[in-house]
Amino acid sequence: METTLSDNPGGASYVYLQEPEIRFLEAAVEHLIPTDDLGPGARDAGVVVYIDRQLAGSWGSHGRNYRMGPWRDGTPQQGYQSRFTPQEVYRIAIREIDQHCRTTFDRPFAQLNRDTQLEVLQQLETDKIALPSMSSKFFFDLLWRNTDEGFFSDPLYGGNRDMVGWKLLGFPGLPTSQYRELLTSHEPYHAHPVSVMDVQSGKVPVDAQGFPRHVMIEKES
Amino acid sequence: MSATKLKEVDVVVVGSGVVGSIMSMELASAGMSVVCLERGKQFDLGVDFHTPNVYDELKFDRHSDIFQNLARDTLTFRNNGGQSALPMREMGAFKPGEMVGGTSAHWGANARRFLPHDFAMRSRIEERYGKSFIPEDCNLQDWGLEWDEIEPYYDQFENIFGVGGKAGNLDGEIQEGGNPHEGPRSREYPNPPTRQTYQGSLFAKAARSLGYVPFQGPSAAMTQDFRNLYRVQMSQCIHGGFCSSHVCSQGAKANPLTAVLPALMRLPNFEMRPLCNVLRVNKDSTGKKATGVTYIDARGNEIEQPASIVILGAYCFSNTRLLLLSGIGTPYDPQTGKGTVGRNYAYQQGGSVEIFFDDKEFNPFIGGGMVNTSIDEFNGDVIDRGPLGFIGGAYFDTSARGAAPIKGKPVPPGTPRWGGEWKKAVAQNYRRTMNIAMHGTCLSYKQNYLDLDPTYKDAFGQPLLRMTFDWHQNELRMMEYMNERCAEIGRALGGSRLGGKNKGTHFSIVGYQSTHNVGGAVMGEDPSTSVVNKYLQSWDVSNLFVVGGSAFPQQPANGPTETIGMLACWAADAIKENYLKRPGALV
Repeated sequence: METTLSDNPGGASYVYLQEPEIRFLEAAVEHLIPTDDLGPGARDAGVVVYIDRQLAGSWGSHGRNYRMGPWRDGTPQQGYQSRFTPQEVYRIAIREIDQHCRTTFDRPFAQLNRDTQLEVLQQLETDKIALPSMSSKFFFDLLWRNTDEGFFSDPLYGGNRDMVGWKLLGFPGLPTSQYRELLTSHEPYHAHPVSVMDVQSGKVPVDAQGFPRHVMIEKES
Repeated sequence: MSATKLKEVDVVVVGSGVVGSIMSMELASAGMSVVCLERGKQFDLGVDFHTPNVYDELKFDRHSDIFQNLARDTLTFRNNGGQSALPMREMGAFKPGEMVGGTSAHWGANARRFLPHDFAMRSRIEERYGKSFIPEDCNLQDWGLEWDEIEPYYDQFENIFGVGGKAGNLDGEIQEGGNPHEGPRSREYPNPPTRQTYQGSLFAKAARSLGYVPFQGPSAAMTQDFRNLYRVQMSQCIHGGFCSSHVCSQGAKANPLTAVLPALMRLPNFEMRPLCNVLRVNKDSTGKKATGVTYIDARGNEIEQPASIVILGAYCFSNTRLLLLSGIGTPYDPQTGKGTVGRNYAYQQGGSVEIFFDDKEFNPFIGGGMVNTSIDEFNGDVIDRGPLGFIGGAYFDTSARGAAPIKGKPVPPGTPRWGGEWKKAVAQNYRRTMNIAMHGTCLSYKQNYLDLDPTYKDAFGQPLLRMTFDWHQNELRMMEYMNERCAEIGRALGGSRLGGKNKGTHFSIVGYQSTHNVGGAVMGEDPSTSVVNKYLQSWDVSNLFVVGGSAFPQQPANGPTETIGMLACWAADAIKENYLKRPGALV
């Protein structure tokens, strides 16, 4: 992957992330959920836009987390004890990983070849790269959690573009009032997914109770 | 700044969940003036939880604003007394609620009674296996309740929450189609049982082949349109999933918002005050009588609300913490074993076995956890634990999970955690997996307890609650056995592969497990081992009632909410029928 241009077909605006961070994340998330025969991967699904919006919102500054000291390292069982908010984790970790890549390979992460990128990600996951400010596994775990969320949450958050995550699973999104009758069915139910965003944008109408009507997927014979 | 003192009311209730709403309703209906204080916001079901916006896993399950706001207060946690407790900085193993409606506003609607055995666990174990069968450091104890005296209150709660099910034992007569191991019921459920899903029918067949008796678990998501005991209408569930962690926009899941508040808010002698954080229960100079509570209101003012009766009806953690902050009762000391407040904190064991199929496809997004097919052969007294060497048990169920796409994607063991292989596995298995969940007991131990943290404070400057908790050998042995039995059923189902998860050797605050936290202010017959008597009345302060999961001396297998609701009905009746006629200690 030699390109350094952002693939930004939706013309998304980034609120928190800056250029080198967008490049880094587009390259990284494409390894975590790659584009393949099954469909688009995390980059094309807009996962980086999703991460940006989450970082810009209250979650990004841990608005509902306990933030009083003293700050101490705990056991793994004691959970998140970092002083860094997600905003800070992304900013610091990406800069330090790119610094590591420049020192080791003479290029930032986004400009490494795919095999080397994969190797770096595996080293991050297993804590084999020593970053100055935090454990590399700590960053990797957060990145993976957010990538998974972005790929499978409602498209209204910027990821799961065209509902590619839901199509991958066969998840129809919003339920319909027909589910009451379908509860006991032994037949697989395959419908084109409908998202909250589809309803918001007026693409799909809803009935008086607020439920959409599903359009069934015709089976290929 | 001195507190503004308000006019005295008959009853002040802290918390507006299952306990707070039902006790407020019962006491206000009897003519008493009742004020309910809730730390969370007041939501409007039709506005704040509108269809389709409620079907949003990220908003409600991951980044929820109806769970406790940890920025204001949380608890600290350590596995044992040798460690330093650190704050739970982000929501993890459990998700206590914060809104008018409480934690139960986002519950899963599994409405199981406990078994008669569960209320007399120590006596029954001693009788059957002898005293020495109980681990030395285990604080196993009876509740001080008889099945026959509480059964009507289970029935009352089920008629408030519109529980659907099929009786398995009517007045001692075993009934076809129900749970043959349940305690005797005085009458049928108010609503019919859930219908069986494809997964449920497969589980039932496999269970029968092994000699077990499958039944549809009781559900508090309406199985038909229903008008409850309070004349509140709830509509039949559409089975769209998004139940646990979510508020039901259809008004089909019974909870305080749908089953109680529409009636309660109409009573002129009742007042709900949201966004009020109670700091302490106040006492008179003798220390034997509560005079009311002091709280910080939505504007940040300190307010004193005097009352003749104080009811702590909040989550297990808040009830225990308020007693400790108010200096009521003696804090538990794990060194000496003396003291009772904070003693017998317990949690819920559990795990699951996943069955992956190549040749079957399900609709895992249709349903909800309360639509389940269960067996009770490993629960309570049904199972002979003598040869097995553990105390406790579990029920198993397979549910129509309403599998949400972020958290509901199991993959077979050995699948890489991410990348192309993981993506393939997710696509292959999301619709071809069913799971059997095990819900297990958790006993109480001398070393597991709650007290006040010496270091960390909340936004009002008060100490946080400190949890010291870890799993014990008894629970780990029990789950090892249950895992084997569960895997047998899994193999009988004929899937291509089995997977699953358990809770690990040490309790971890990371990753959601269960919002079944109990104990800390337990009920019992002996003031030296309990905080409240059998009527949930404080042994030390007779006009204070402490009601909720905090009263459980240990955790049975079945989920706690139904029994918390039963205790609310039971305690309200004790106040109306006994306490008001003769205020003072009821025991």
